[in-house]
Amino acid sequence: MDPVLLQADQLPSWTALAPALALAATGLVLIAVDSIDPDDSRPALLAGIATVGSLASLGFAGWFLSAGTGQAGTGGAIALFGDALVVDGMALFFQAVFASVTALVVVASYDYLSDHPYRAEFYSLVLFAATGMALMAAANSLAVAFIALELASLPSYALVAFLKRNAGSVEAGLKYFLIGALSSSVFAFGISLVYAATGSLLLPDVYDALAGGVEGLTGVAAVGILMVAGGFAFKTASVPFHFWAPEAYEGAPAPVSAFLSSASKAAGFALAFRVFVVGFPLDAGIDWVLLFQVLAVVTMTLGNFAAATQEEVKRMLAYSSIGHAGYALIGLAAFTGGAGGDVIGASMAHLLVYGFMNTGAFLFVALAEHWEIGRTFDDYAGLASRAPMASVAMSVFMFSLAGLPPFGGFFSKYFLFMGAIDAGFWWLAAVGAVNSALSLFYYSRVVKALWLDDAVGEFELGSTPTALYAAVVFAAVATLLLLPGFAPVIETAQSVATTIIP
Amino acid sequence: MIIEALIGVTFLAALVVMLAPDRYAGKLAFALSLLPVVGSLYMWAGFDAGGNALMAGSIAYETQLDWLTVAGYDLQWFVGVDGISLPLVVLSTVLSSLAIVSAWTPIDTRQSQFYGLMLFMEANLLGVFTALDFFLWFVFWEAVLVPMYFLIGVWGGPRRKYAAIKFFVYTNIASLAMFIAFMALVFNLPVGSFGLPEITQSLQAGELSSFVGLDPATLKLAAFAAMFAGFAVKVPVVPFHTWLPDAHVEAPTPVSVMLAGVLLKMGTYALLRFNFTMLPDVATRPLVATVIAAVAVVSVIYGAMLALAQQDLKRIVAYSSVSSMGYVILGLIAYTGLGIGGATFQMVAHGLISGLMFMAVGVIYNVTHTRMVGDMSGMADRMPVTVGILVAGAFGYMGLPLMAGFAAEYFIFQGAFASTVIPSAPLFTAASMFGIVIVAGYLLFAMQRTLFGEFSLETDYEVRRAHFHDVAPLAVLLLCTIALGVAPNIFFEMITDAIEPVVAVVGGGA
Repeated sequence: MDPVLLQADQLPSWTALAPALALAATGLVLIAVDSIDPDDSRPALLAGIATVGSLASLGFAGWFLSAGTGQAGTGGAIALFGDALVVDGMALFFQAVFASVTALVVVASYDYLSDHPYRAEFYSLVLFAATGMALMAAANSLAVAFIALELASLPSYALVAFLKRNAGSVEAGLKYFLIGALSSSVFAFGISLVYAATGSLLLPDVYDALAGGVEGLTGVAAVGILMVAGGFAFKTASVPFHFWAPEAYEGAPAPVSAFLSSASKAAGFALAFRVFVVGFPLDAGIDWVLLFQVLAVVTMTLGNFAAATQEEVKRMLAYSSIGHAGYALIGLAAFTGGAGGDVIGASMAHLLVYGFMNTGAFLFVALAEHWEIGRTFDDYAGLASRAPMASVAMSVFMFSLAGLPPFGGFFSKYFLFMGAIDAGFWWLAAVGAVNSALSLFYYSRVVKALWLDDAVGEFELGSTPTALYAAVVFAAVATLLLLPGFAPVIETAQSVATTIIP
Repeated sequence: MIIEALIGVTFLAALVVMLAPDRYAGKLAFALSLLPVVGSLYMWAGFDAGGNALMAGSIAYETQLDWLTVAGYDLQWFVGVDGISLPLVVLSTVLSSLAIVSAWTPIDTRQSQFYGLMLFMEANLLGVFTALDFFLWFVFWEAVLVPMYFLIGVWGGPRRKYAAIKFFVYTNIASLAMFIAFMALVFNLPVGSFGLPEITQSLQAGELSSFVGLDPATLKLAAFAAMFAGFAVKVPVVPFHTWLPDAHVEAPTPVSVMLAGVLLKMGTYALLRFNFTMLPDVATRPLVATVIAAVAVVSVIYGAMLALAQQDLKRIVAYSSVSSMGYVILGLIAYTGLGIGGATFQMVAHGLISGLMFMAVGVIYNVTHTRMVGDMSGMADRMPVTVGILVAGAFGYMGLPLMAGFAAEYFIFQGAFASTVIPSAPLFTAASMFGIVIVAGYLLFAMQRTLFGEFSLETDYEVRRAHFHDVAPLAVLLLCTIALGVAPNIFFEMITDAIEPVVAVVGGGA
């Protein structure tokens, strides 16, 4: 196969947005199909369309990545719409992550929603949110960044509250919406302050203006950057805007929790990496690397300690997800300019692995919710004797999240910490390693419950939800295969991360 | 490619057995486990390496493939064996097969998962003993913990959950300490690789640079201490031994066999490879050598005395492992050809003999449902063959000539006695020799009360002889023990060959 499959001069340049467009088109098709005969639910057809759409998006992203579209080898990033969007390796990498998580979640939802009306609406909301995330990864202008963020967030609010007869789900949706609206306004205000100081919304122009010195407006720019960081902290569930996360993840339908905690969080990081690295020079009136160091340490420590004290598996996963946001923040916290590509690439690779292992873990919770066996660790006791394959998969997710070597999570964490050490922040890596060791305690509680504890009472699992089961097992296989296949992942991530550094 | 085949076949076997129906799982696992046995014996037959793999010696069955490069560091699929690792590879495959047979009687639930995990553990053990890239090695090293956790936690005795978690947490924290220490070394070396040979040679060429205010010598000392502590938990030496009796007593017999027979050797193997081969200049500092020798002697004596105080046969064997592994540490720190060679030989010998003892205790337990010394007596009347082999094994443990244990201990004592590294070496050696007396004491005492005399065991079931397939693995182990005792050169020659370069660095004698 020709190594250069697609370049700007071979196809119209807008086709570079195919991964995002595929998601958006699928969402629209779902609405169209449903509006032909709204009373007929056709679950298999709807799930099938959504799956095909997300796999098509994954296919486009994977194809473009391997073909070198928008990367240094083939003429560099493709800029579209007056530079407001760029398609480069980093955007494609993240789009691949979102598309794979979306595919897993869509497949898993088929069984989870079996008695539920409004399936078409559910799938199209998921796909529209994914479209927003795909655009977040490609946003090169603060205005587009804001719109993409809102496009990802608004469907998410509805998805969290999707179980409208369930008080927990509705309350979670409301909390998520209120804090989301607040942080959106903080983010928007931050953007306007940056614009006021620099006179541009395009990230490279912002960078040049800030690097050239903004006379008398340094303080304004600094406050703006601080507020923009706050907006990201919300989206990535980092301290201090994290407290919506446990509530939302717990109340939401479990596939939605999986979607939010994996894809949505990765989208927040995709945007954060680009905005800070491309848009804000290191000495732009505020030392944002220091800011992220503080955020990273506090976020991972708080998330892990809170996770260790939970009694419910879903809440534990929610807090551990905050902890993992802290690890991913190392990408920015150990950024040192020129050679920072390695550590950002390591963060990206971690988010990819996390996409599989964390989605899988939440989908296992979805499985447990489907069987109605309860939420606490004790309720999971002895489940392995009834559902051995799913329990093996869950054990893989737990050990991988804890960072034990045979699994993908070990490598992604290792490269993250090594990147931090290489950048000279060995104490950051040390905090991460200690947190990682601590996390083994609460992750192994799930494994202990599944395999070692005897069931408290008899439980009937009922039917085996095929699609959900398949999604869980597939995520486990992917988590395992990421270990021998980690070479292309980390190499791609680090090379595409290097290209965005100005 | 034989090593890849060995590891790959064992992994596949684990998968196949995992999916097999419970009724056939045990037999199928045994049949499949013979493949790695044949493979390892084939490796031994065609073994032609010389010198130490880490110190520019030639490596047998070597494969070196690039895996990934990150931040200037090459990670490789780098495997191979030298005279130190090959005996342990053979030990792992043989003992795994025998342990699987010994599980046929006691394991009666979730068999396919049990045997699958046993094979999965074997595959990772083979990886530990053959990997020559630190990263690859560490992946296998940690992967051993996962099956062990389940094997103890699911099939173990009444306090299995406590024992499994204690084992897991102890050894995992130890691994973390070791991992960080090793990374601190590698990051400050000019080699862009995790290959153990490159790292060893660079360290010995004095290319270590200083790090966060620590000069190279201090950094080495700190790394040595952290790595020693990490491996010492695995060995285990006093005072890091407390997880071991719990794990052993709660684990089912076949798992105890693997734990004592092979898993403990991971610790001493790693000590030899990492601490004593890579950082000989730290180990030979008089103070460090004294501390390590003292720790070894305390492990020998204290472990033996703890064994003396036990009422449970399995606990006796478990504590005696602490004692025997103390000899290994003493041999390693001696830094003489006989000392380190004897220590390596003792790893194999102890693997065979402790496996034999655990299996024999397990066979008795299957029949009598008790392991308490006070509950039974005169077992020799009811199960003469098993008891005969147990007594022979115990004599091997005590160091009866023409048994593997004698050869190993003799080498270690002679090597330690002549050591120029340990200050007042004869004193330490003499002190450790008291261990032999205590070993003989507790073994004879326990045997005399349980095996001989009038048969008296209050039961409401019939106490009958063991199955053939229970006794056969014992016989095989006894034969191996005697073979190694009569002809230590089966392994000792290749071990010595691989040890010489290590000893030469510190100028130690034979």
